[in-house]
Parts: sequence; C-alpha cells; structure tokens
Amino acid sequence: MDKKLIDLGKYIEKGIDWLIDKAGFIFDGISDGIEVIVTAFQDLLAAPPFWVIIVILTGLMFYLNGRSYGFKTKEGIKKGLGIASFTAIGLLLLWAMGYWRMTTQTMALVISASIIALLIGIPLGIWASRSDRAESVIRPILDFMQTMPAFVYLIPAILFFGVGNVPGIVATVIFALPPAVRLTNLGIRGVQEDVVEASIAFGSTKRQLLYKVQIPLAMPTILAGVNQVIMLSLSMVVIASMVGAGGLGQAVYRGILKADVGLGFEAGLGIVILAIILDRLTQSLTKA
Amino acid sequence: MAQIEVKDLTLIFGKQKQQALKLLEQGKGKDEILAKTKCTLAVNQVNLEIKQGEIFVIMGLSGSGKSSLLRCFNRLNQPTRGGIYYSGDNIMDANKDELLKIRRNDVSMVFQHFGLLPHRTVADNVAFGLEIQGVDKAERRETALKTIKTVGLDGYEDMMTGELSGGMQQRVGLARALATDPETLLMDEAFSALDPLIRSNMQDELLDLQEKVHKTILFITHDLDEALKLGDRIAIMKDGKIVQVDTPEGILSNPADDYVKSFVEDVEHGKIITAGTIMFKNPERLRLKKSGPKTALRQMRKFGVTSLPVVTDDNVFVGFVKDADMAKLQDEDYDVIPDEHIYKGVNTVKPDTVVSDMLLLFLDNQLNLAVVDDDNKLLGVVVHSSVLAEMLGLERDDVKKVKESGLEILEDLNNG
Repeated sequence: MDKKLIDLGKYIEKGIDWLIDKAGFIFDGISDGIEVIVTAFQDLLAAPPFWVIIVILTGLMFYLNGRSYGFKTKEGIKKGLGIASFTAIGLLLLWAMGYWRMTTQTMALVISASIIALLIGIPLGIWASRSDRAESVIRPILDFMQTMPAFVYLIPAILFFGVGNVPGIVATVIFALPPAVRLTNLGIRGVQEDVVEASIAFGSTKRQLLYKVQIPLAMPTILAGVNQVIMLSLSMVVIASMVGAGGLGQAVYRGILKADVGLGFEAGLGIVILAIILDRLTQSLTKA
Repeated sequence: MAQIEVKDLTLIFGKQKQQALKLLEQGKGKDEILAKTKCTLAVNQVNLEIKQGEIFVIMGLSGSGKSSLLRCFNRLNQPTRGGIYYSGDNIMDANKDELLKIRRNDVSMVFQHFGLLPHRTVADNVAFGLEIQGVDKAERRETALKTIKTVGLDGYEDMMTGELSGGMQQRVGLARALATDPETLLMDEAFSALDPLIRSNMQDELLDLQEKVHKTILFITHDLDEALKLGDRIAIMKDGKIVQVDTPEGILSNPADDYVKSFVEDVEHGKIITAGTIMFKNPERLRLKKSGPKTALRQMRKFGVTSLPVVTDDNVFVGFVKDADMAKLQDEDYDVIPDEHIYKGVNTVKPDTVVSDMLLLFLDNQLNLAVVDDDNKLLGVVVHSSVLAEMLGLERDDVKKVKESGLEILEDLNNG
C-alpha cells in the first residue's frame, strides 16, 4: 500500500467502536431476535424424520409446478413430475451422503435470512415507488450494498454480533436485500398508468390503491425479487460460514481449509441441489 | 337547468404556475408562456354550461387540451385557476374526504384504454367502485350483475377481463362506471381504441343506454363524426380554448371560424343537415279557395319559383300549384284556383328529416318539398337546389345564394 493521506479506515473503526460501546444493547436485542428465528426453523426442520420433509417438499414441487402449467395438459403433469423427482432424488442423495443435518441447517439459515430481507426490503421498495425523493436516497445505498465485496460485511458483523449463525445471517440479509427493494419498486412503478388512474378516479384512497391494485399487479415482479433474494441468500451461506454460520457452507469452508476435494465437492453439490429446488419453487409461484 | 358550470377554468402544467398565470393575465399566448416559463397552458380560461341529462361532447385534435380539461372534472388534474360547479358546489372547494366521496358517488369515468384490472373477473371489475365505497360483498355482486346485464354482457361475469375483446372490455369499463349510479359520466375517448364497426355499435348502444339512464355525459373525442352522432351539444377545442359550443347542426351550418370550418368540410352533410335548417321559413303561400291564379303567378315570378304551397285558413298544408297550370287558369279567367289543379297527397317532411332522406322524395315529383309540423301545418319549403348543394357539400354561402336566387346553382352546374 502507498502512503495514506486520509485514513478513512481509522474513522470507520472508531465509529464502530463507539457504536458497540453506546448502542451495544440494541445489537444484543437484534442478535437475540435473529437467534430465536434461526433456532425455531432449525428445530422445525430437524424435528420430523428426513423422509417426511422430502415427501412434503416433493409434493409441494409437483403441485406448484404442475399448477403453473395447468394440470389438465399432459405437459403440466410431465413438468410437475420431472421437478418433483429431481427434488426427491437430490434430497435423498444428500441424506445418503450424510449431509441431511447440514442441509436442514442451511435451509433454516436461508429461510430466516430471506424472511428478514423481505420484511425489510418490500416495505422499502413500496416506499421508494411512491416517492421519487425516497428512491433517490435508497438507490445509491443499494448500489453500495451490492457492489461492496460480501466478505467486508463479515468484519463488522463479527464485531457487533460475535461468531455463529447471527453475524452470518446479518451479512446475508445485507447482501440479499437489494433485489427485494429494487424489484418491488420496479413492479409498482410499472403498473399500467391508466389502471392506477382509473382506480383513483373511482375514489380509491392511497391504501386501497396499493393493496387492491398496485401490489396485486406488481406481484409477478415482486415474486421475481423474492426468488432473487433466496438465491443470493444461498450463495452467501458459504461465505457466512467463515464467521461460524453452520450448514453446508461450513463443510465447503472446511474442505477449502483442509484442501479436501471430496468434502468440498459433496457439500458444494448439496448447495447446488438446494439452489435448484428453491429456485423452481419460487419461480412456480411467480408463474401461477 | 345547468347541472355543471365551468367558470374561467385554467390548467397549467409546470413548475412556475404563478408566473405563467401572470403572463396569461397580460394576454400572452400559449407559445410565449411556454417559452418564458416552460409551463404548458393546457386549458385556457374555459367557460361552459352543461345541462342535466345531456351528452356534451368536447372535440379537438390531440394536444388541444380536451383530455386535460376532462380530468379537471374529477380533479385527476388540479386546475390552476377557476372552478367547476356541480349544482352550485365548486369541486375545487372539496377537501380530501369530500373529493373521495364525489369520485365514489357522483362522477365516474370511462377510459380510452379501459383501465381494467386484469387480475379480476368481469363482475369484480364492475364492482370495483362499490368495493372502494365499502359496500358488502353480496350487495356488490348483485348490483354488478344487474349493471353487467344493462351493458349486454350477461354470461361473461366470471370471465377474466383479459379474455374479452376490446369492445367487450369497454362494456366492462362502462358497466364499472354505471355501477355506482353516478350523476355524471366522464368518457375519455372511450371508443377511440375500438375497431370502426365495433365503435359504431358502441355509439348506438350508448345512445340507447342514455335513453334509459339519463346521465349527464361528458364525452371526449377527436372524431367529428362521433361527436355529431353522440352529442346533444358539441364544444370544439383548440389550443386549450373552447372555439365554439353548439348543437351538431349549428356546428355544421354555422362554423364559428376557419378552424371549425376545416373540420366540418369533410363531413357528409346529407346525414346531419335537416329540413329545418335548409328550408325557407314562412314561405309565400296561397289560401285554399281564396287565392287566384293571378296572385299565384305574380308571386312565383317575384321569387323566381315554379310552384307554391297551398294552405287552409289554419295554415294546414294542402298541396302545391305549378306555374304552367296557373298560366292556363289565368287565360281562362278563373278568380279562385279550383281544387283539381292543386297537387294534393304529395310527400311532406318534418323539420328533423335529414337531407339524404329527402333526396329520394324528390325522385317522386318535380315539386318542392313542404316542411310541416305534427299537425300538418306548413313551416317552410325546401327547394331541390338546397338539397343538392348540401349533398355535394357546397359552401354555406353558396347555399344562401341559392336560397335567394332559386336555381342559379343548378344552372352553374349545368354550364360547368
């Protein structure tokens, strides 16, 4: 590195120290909340025997994908069966390789992070869609969040939340949040002008306009955002394992540290299988 | 009775509205205001009176400000100055809640591109206004079904709107507007997006519907034929200003300026202009059993005509006499025209008969046409040349000349 004229890093460090010192109780609260959510999902997925979850997921995949093509056509049933059998085989493979527990842990992490990201992102997206000023403030922040290398979030996450699942989820939420905001905003702004005008002309309040017209019509775009959030969460899971988050990501990370190709590949394959299942699941929601 | 009054309504788009208003007060035009303030003067000091139950058409080319004006009637556009009074209440004074109430109950709108909710069924679209009002589901559905029937869409109520053709979608739009039973209907180029044939059907059906519902309808269009067909009265708009307000016939027969005239030129006059407009009012007439052939001939020569109507003492039309017969009778020294020389049982027309319908009647005989009221009393006479002039779309000035000088035009046509 060259000689530093401005030591921005030092100020940021100082700022974070100050935050931890003064606002530590807030982070403790957030930390406890996230811990509760993750533990709940982990317990929920770990409680029933593995085959129950496989059967439920397989059935769901068949139903949703078949529905989006229409059950009546041969193509719909074929499509539904194809994706359902992939789900069953993929998950059974993970179980047989001994990764079932890690798989459920990863699912719990992804679900928790996605839910939090959507709970924050969709309202922000709605706000951005209704106010040009809000949009002009939010947009550069989203740019920042998306372009900053994901690893960088891990450092303050550890400082604020220690090691374990919680800092992993916080980093994941930051990384996965932007598409929820962007696509919600885009979807609502993209609702046909004359439909919006018509519903105002019939005396809709802003709330009625939002719930009866804008959100239903923007739903395909919003669901595309949900899909993106889930995919990004999953891709962040490996990185999050560097700060102690569990699941398949940890196995990949261990594989890297030990230069264990077999371990890394098996766990990596698990993530791919999960990604395909979650992607098809959310996409079938968009189509329906 | 004027149900809606528009007073000095001005709508300016842009940031420097007040400055633009000042320029407007100084008498500056649209272009100058745009150059100096970057504000668009969309509606320029419009005054209108719209009667209860009439179809009032606002016609103009795109960019004339007609849609912007219409959107002031429910304040989708916020007028910069002036007011719109519904039975005396200025909509500009309405606060937020009152405005919602007006939009929900009193004024509804039909849109050019329908503005339907594609994720809802026909019935749910029609019920939308009621849903917004908070009407409960069963009642909503009942009203919606009734309204769907009114616009002739029964059987389609549970289809999604995307599955319908354009014409049917606009029926849904119309039903949605009628479902809240408003007093006023704003129709913004409602039929402009439809195919010509469907469009013509919809126009007929709107007229039929209006017979039943008697709404006050403000109809925007860029199509003069549509305006003439639908409008009880028509306002022609140019550059944000109202150029002329008149009945369809008034617009055609007395265009206020060259701009209106240029519109009117291409219209098929024959289907719009009526006997009442082109007839000679209070024509010279002969009294049954009182007037003699001498008087008849003198008057025919004086006015350059070849026939005259005969009426009773009560002005009831009897028939026509011809100049050749009168000359013969004069030679035979008759004092009173005998009955057998009056052409009775000839065709008569009413003042609202259109020119194209009169053309056929002329084929029957060589006489002029008598215009009579419901009691068969003589109102006027239509001569061949006026009808021909209208059918050929000749200038109104020429027609006036025809009225003055009888058959000159025909001679011109023969010579030319």
